[in-house]
Amino acid sequence: MPKVTIDGVEIEVPKGTTILQAARMIGKHVAPPAMCYYSKLDVSGGYCRTCIVRVTKGSAANPNPMPKPVASCRTEVMDGMVVENFTSEQVLADRKGVVEFLLLNHPLDCPVCDQAGECSLQDLGYENGAEKTRYDFERRTFEKIDIGPKIQLHMTRCILCYRCVHTADQLTEKRVHGVLNRGEVSEISTYIAANIDNELSGNVIDVCPVGALTDKTFRFKSRVWFTKPVDAHRDCKKCAGKVRLWFKGEEVLRVTGRKDQWGEVIDWICNECRFDRKNLSDWIVEGPSRIDPHSVISQNQYELAKLKLDTGEQLKKIKEKK
Amino acid sequence: MGKQLLLENINVPGIETLSVYRANGGYKALEKALKMQQSEVVDEVKKSGLRGRGGAGFPTGMKWGFIAKPEGVPRHLVCNADESEPGTFKDRYLMQHNPHLLIEGMILSSYALGANTSYIYIRGELLYVYHILEKAIQAAYDAGFLGDNILGSGFNLNLYCHLGAGAYICGEETALIESLEGKRGNPRIKPPFPAVSGVWGRPTVVNNVETIAATVPIINMGGEEYAKIGVGKSTGTKLISACGHINNPGVYEIELGLSCEEFLFDDKYCGGIKNGKKFKAVVAGGSSVPILPADLFLKTAKGEPRLMSYESLSDGGFISGTMLGSGGFIVLDETASIVKNLWNFTRFYHHESCGQCSPCREGTGWMEKILNRILEGKGKQTDIDLLFDIQSKIDGKTICPLGEAAAWPVASAIRHFRKEFEEYVNKPEEIVDVKHYYAVNNLQQSAK
Ligand SMILES: Cc1cc2nc3c(=O)[nH]c(=O)nc-3n(C[C@H](O)[C@H](O)[C@H](O)COP(=O)(O)O)c2cc1C
Ligand code: SF4
Ligand code: SF4
Ligand code: FES
Repeated sequence: MPKVTIDGVEIEVPKGTTILQAARMIGKHVAPPAMCYYSKLDVSGGYCRTCIVRVTKGSAANPNPMPKPVASCRTEVMDGMVVENFTSEQVLADRKGVVEFLLLNHPLDCPVCDQAGECSLQDLGYENGAEKTRYDFERRTFEKIDIGPKIQLHMTRCILCYRCVHTADQLTEKRVHGVLNRGEVSEISTYIAANIDNELSGNVIDVCPVGALTDKTFRFKSRVWFTKPVDAHRDCKKCAGKVRLWFKGEEVLRVTGRKDQWGEVIDWICNECRFDRKNLSDWIVEGPSRIDPHSVISQNQYELAKLKLDTGEQLKKIKEKK
Repeated sequence: MGKQLLLENINVPGIETLSVYRANGGYKALEKALKMQQSEVVDEVKKSGLRGRGGAGFPTGMKWGFIAKPEGVPRHLVCNADESEPGTFKDRYLMQHNPHLLIEGMILSSYALGANTSYIYIRGELLYVYHILEKAIQAAYDAGFLGDNILGSGFNLNLYCHLGAGAYICGEETALIESLEGKRGNPRIKPPFPAVSGVWGRPTVVNNVETIAATVPIINMGGEEYAKIGVGKSTGTKLISACGHINNPGVYEIELGLSCEEFLFDDKYCGGIKNGKKFKAVVAGGSSVPILPADLFLKTAKGEPRLMSYESLSDGGFISGTMLGSGGFIVLDETASIVKNLWNFTRFYHHESCGQCSPCREGTGWMEKILNRILEGKGKQTDIDLLFDIQSKIDGKTICPLGEAAAWPVASAIRHFRKEFEEYVNKPEEIVDVKHYYAVNNLQQSAK
């Protein structure tokens, strides 16, 4: 099995593992942020470029460094490979550039966005962004559209990560959801302005890293940090029935898939569980959800994030560990 | 003039017909190749030192050698005829006037690769050339050069011509493959490379029109003879499409290694700068390559005369050199505005970005907006550094080289002509071009 060293930590991984996956196996302190890769999808990644790292040694057989930064989610490890992520000033600078591009046309309407508090772009911006934008032109906007009766698409916030497209490809039979147009004016849309009538379509809401795809049954009901997540299950014929209920007082405001420590769903859930089962009596409650320090809803997240930016400190720690 | 291997018969009346093409020695290379082993044909191409003429200059024989050969899986050869790079119009010229040269090259190259179905992916706007090719392909079928058991050799080949739909990005080989498969023309994320998994997941070679056409003289004269033309690793001849402020715009076939000065000023080629004006700058290999000021084009930073070859043009790296690229040669005289020229290129890349990856999707638009502002006379001093910084954040961080193609012109224009940008920013009222800008921009607005 190939061995790879990421930010000074060596790990042995199965052949075919990507740098990002290997980094996640080591742990949060070396794992690059990923806005488009999604572990539950057969195809994903490569688009956003936030996960870029430097390969300073290609492999034991070919020790040359790779000339350009590589997308860690799409690059397989080789035996003897050495990768720099948080320990490279250059990587951090490059990533900062990518984050600036991702935020360039983003409306930053967090105060009125349902995703605020559990938005990957918010986290990314906090950890890698600049304080002020250098972009002083008008930002692009789109009209909101409905994708079926329960899902709303607000393209203005989309970062074109393609996750929802690949999710629709993977989970639905007929592909009616995809990308229209080109370049800066590309947009996610339904090819046929018809309802997406599919039992699993609601999962696109969970995979969307930003507030572009939102749950119409939850819109504007509450800020997520005022709701309490609880893991629950029910006997469902269409999906595994393992969900997360979001309570405000006694009321279930929304149902989502359970997410892992990387903010990615563990099991897909069906639309019935998501949209139509909002009574406590529908569910067997397992207990409060453990939310990993992934998002704003978890306290002190930003204190931790600051540490990450301090590369000198990071390096020192790694050396001490050795 | 040096040796004319590709353009030799271009002006022969009726050369687009099979009979005239044959009367001028056409399909001899195919006959010869079909009597050789497939690997021998590959070896001849390897010996010739031929490098891809589509822009990157990758050794063709080596590329052919990489093609995977799993048992029972068909392989494909795809000809990249999507030529859309601003300044490049050599492939069109060749196909339009001498279609059988490409078709002969396609057949013998397919034979070498063991491909039984091959494609020519042609730019959508070249509809009339498509019709010329279709006609020539039909004639080749009728004469037994295509179809089953070609010339009794037992080799079968079907050749299809496929029209693009007007996207520059479909010239990038993996976007081309997607488009050929009937999908949205987004470049694929590599690896896997087409040699392993290309069209429909099968091993595929994508080559430029000129690359494939060049295999015909290579087989006719032998790889070693071909390699004697040129200098060093730049062997053979290259088509250059010359345009801009020169006396003789057009397509020229040069022997690689010709001096840049001779190419630009000799009457056999560009014939010098038009209207007795002074030579200011050149974009030597299509809009993507770094622009060079006159002095650095004629002589390298070391003071050696620069040659039209892969190595010499890139001497000095991007600090003082450029690239041979696809051979689109754009000359600017003293009246040309570097800033306006750059704006035009940047506008193009912004328009053509497929939008998959964030640096290119967002960065190209941002750069265009800043250049717009500078041309409008509303630029700020900080805009120049900002532009340079944006391009550096695109360069090397994208899925396909279109990002770099958008970044390099910006970097080089600022590197070599910073003064002009400063003039625009500091004294906009003195720049005549600002008025021109409004004219162009109003035109654009009314077109919306
Ligand atoms: C944005 C973009 C556009 C391209 N357009 C063309 C083209 O129009 N024609 C071409 O031959 N190669 C084009 N290329 C290069 C191809 O990707 C590929 O390298 C080439 O077809 C390989 O052929 P060669 O080895 O014969 O040069 C383009 C590349 C990029 C990134
Ligand atoms: S809508 Fe969301 S999931 Fe889909 S591409 Fe946009 S950001 Fe990604
Ligand atoms: S660099 Fe530009 S054209 Fe190439 S894949 Fe990325 S967005 Fe598309
Ligand atoms: S997560 Fe790797 S490119 Fe987006």
